[in-house]
Amino acid sequence: MKIRSQVSMVFHLDKCIGCHTCSIACKNIWTDREGAEYMWWNNVETKPGVGFPTQWEDQEKYHGGWELEDKPKNPQLKLKLQNRLQTFANLFSNPAMPTMDDYYEPWTYKYGDLFNSPLGDDQPTARPVSRVDGKPIDIKSGPNWDDDLSGSNIYAVNDPLLESMSDDDKRRLFSIEQLFYFYMPRICNHCLNAGCVAACPSGAIYKRAEDGVVLINQDKCRGWRMCVSACPYKKTYYNWATGKSEKCILCYPRLETGQAPACFHSCVGRIRYLGVLLYDADQIPDAVRVPDEQLVQRQREMILDPNDPSVIAAAKESGIPDGVIAAAQRSPVYQYVKEWELALPLHPEYRTLPMLFYVPPLLPVLNSTQENGAQRVEAELFSSLEKARVPVRYMSRMLSAGNDEVVLKSYRKMIGVRIYKRAETVGDVTAEEAADALAQANMTAEEAEAIYRLTSLPTYQERFVIPPYSREGDIEEIYDPQQRKAESGFGKSQGAHRGL
Amino acid sequence: MLNILLFVVFPYVALAIGIVGTIYRYLTNQYSFTSLSSQLLENDWQFWGSTLWHYGILPTTVIHLAGFTVPKIMAALHSTPEMLYLAEVAGKILGIMALVGVGILLYRRLASSKVRTVTSPVDWIVLALLFGQVLFGLILAFGYRWGAAWFLHTATPWMASLATFQPAPQYVTALPLAHKVHFLTGFLLFALMPFSRLVHIVTFPTSYAWRRFQLVIWTRRKAAQ
Ligand code: HEM
Ligand code: SF4
Ligand code: SF4
Repeated sequence: MKIRSQVSMVFHLDKCIGCHTCSIACKNIWTDREGAEYMWWNNVETKPGVGFPTQWEDQEKYHGGWELEDKPKNPQLKLKLQNRLQTFANLFSNPAMPTMDDYYEPWTYKYGDLFNSPLGDDQPTARPVSRVDGKPIDIKSGPNWDDDLSGSNIYAVNDPLLESMSDDDKRRLFSIEQLFYFYMPRICNHCLNAGCVAACPSGAIYKRAEDGVVLINQDKCRGWRMCVSACPYKKTYYNWATGKSEKCILCYPRLETGQAPACFHSCVGRIRYLGVLLYDADQIPDAVRVPDEQLVQRQREMILDPNDPSVIAAAKESGIPDGVIAAAQRSPVYQYVKEWELALPLHPEYRTLPMLFYVPPLLPVLNSTQENGAQRVEAELFSSLEKARVPVRYMSRMLSAGNDEVVLKSYRKMIGVRIYKRAETVGDVTAEEAADALAQANMTAEEAEAIYRLTSLPTYQERFVIPPYSREGDIEEIYDPQQRKAESGFGKSQGAHRGL
Repeated sequence: MLNILLFVVFPYVALAIGIVGTIYRYLTNQYSFTSLSSQLLENDWQFWGSTLWHYGILPTTVIHLAGFTVPKIMAALHSTPEMLYLAEVAGKILGIMALVGVGILLYRRLASSKVRTVTSPVDWIVLALLFGQVLFGLILAFGYRWGAAWFLHTATPWMASLATFQPAPQYVTALPLAHKVHFLTGFLLFALMPFSRLVHIVTFPTSYAWRRFQLVIWTRRKAAQ
């Protein structure tokens, strides 16, 4: 067993209010630079909807992620983009390079015109101009252009995930009374079997063994852009000004100083959780080669119980410090992903083993209206997923590679928690109904209470359990002061300037 | 005197600048080593321009280098008239591919205002020089046939004389002007390498042929153990 630790994440979609605060926090810190304006390391999408870049989930167009060979015996994984030989053949022109039109052309406004225009009969206006070439542009799209437009026949109908749904389900999604939509905040998943890492011809992308953060070495990147194509989540971006690719860095400078990443920290709905998962790296090759419907279960199996003495011993053996093991034992991510099996990976069928997990959204459920206008929530309505608006097919296509049962299990628990708490706090649901809901979800009252607490009342320290860290520099200073001394001191640091 | 300057001094200076400059840039500013792709900004012409250009220029460059370094093998390769004929045709096709390619690359840089914003003055110089270089190469190929053969008795001994530090410019000084222009531009381009995007040539990612797919790096693991 080769145990590694991964700083992993859970996003609770039921709590996301779609405010985009996370995106702005990230933008202000990391991508407010020339060449990076169009990048959104964190973005929030309305689903069903086309997403960003447009229709990123359509891998027939973007060629991201891995594919399992179509043969019964010992099938191997291949990058959907290309094999090694094709990589060399395609170095000069990336065969699946999204263009700026697939994202959007960033713009600003000529605010100066508002102040400097000569006196005249008309109000001066601030015209939009491109942030690339400075020319006036006709704005046609943006990073969240279809925000709140689920159910729209112009945008949401183009959601690639709708393809797998029955016509009936589709009709429901697009009828106003039964509309169902939710927000999907997305950052890099810091995958275990990352497509970006595998596709980089220069080997510039790597996973930090200590915490699993996936980074692009800016000195080694040569701008071949294969990572941009091979990441199925489209979470690496090409900086057109510097000629290098960039991606979410999980705010490692913040993590290393004990702070939650900026998008986590600023999240208004407090939907984000961060904590360590211990996993068995030896299982990766097998875990990515099981049939689609087993993917989620197999990924869960790789994640190890940090309280199990044999796991602790093996973790120490693998060089994981005690502090990290202790953090893993308090990890909210472990609870959501493994203990409660509530949180699911986004598109496990891309087979990159993403380490960001989503608790599926439940709201809105159908309420029945009483004659006097008041609403009564019936336990039966709550508990019956068929009557709830949630399109299970859609969710399973997104979060469990099409395995409905995995998503249903998660939903049953969420509904169980709700009915249980409703019976306790509001009282319009009977205790028997609550017990029944818990039984259906195969869950104890204690578990329901724990889920409720971590979902609704967690403190900052409970949401973000950051393992003890040192800055990379500090580690080097501690372990190897002589070498460290030889490396720096006389060098000069350089800004990131575009080469000639 | 002028001949010495052009065909002895200049080549040495250009080679020195190219080699020392590229190594210096690599050691001091690896960050600047990239192909500076503009495919994100313009992808309609990029495929044709870049593919034709590179598929034309790379074999041509390799063949030129082989002519300098392993002339005996090259001579053996087209010892029969058929082979010579084949070399002649192949060379011309590659040259035309490169010319059309660099033409398209120039065109898209002129036509797309987005690509123009990421174009430095050196980009224009390099593209124009490359266009001229390939054009003159083709003029030689069409105007003075069987280059595969005469190359080995003019350019090769001249280069060999430079390499052995016994410069013998007389091998090339008597050639027509078009030849001289082609030779000199070649060295000029080499000298320009460290000052332009041409440094991307030395970053060819050979190790991708065998490296492991996933890279996991410990911070100074050896030290920690
Ligand atoms: C060693 C193998 C080479 C590789 C892998 C390579 C790769 C590339 C790539 C990826 C680009 C960027 C294209 C884009 O997306 O905009 C590029 C551009 C360019 N390459 Fe190469 N190249 C190689 C060799 C060469 C050679 C030998 C030359 C010339 C002597 C050359 C001249 C150029 C020029 C002038 C451009 C700029 C094209 C433009 O106007 O955009 N390359 N190369
Ligand atoms: S989500 Fe992140 S780690 Fe995974 S393939 Fe994309 S960029 Fe790489
Ligand atoms: S973790 Fe940091 S870098 Fe990554 S999306 Fe959030 S704010 Fe941006």
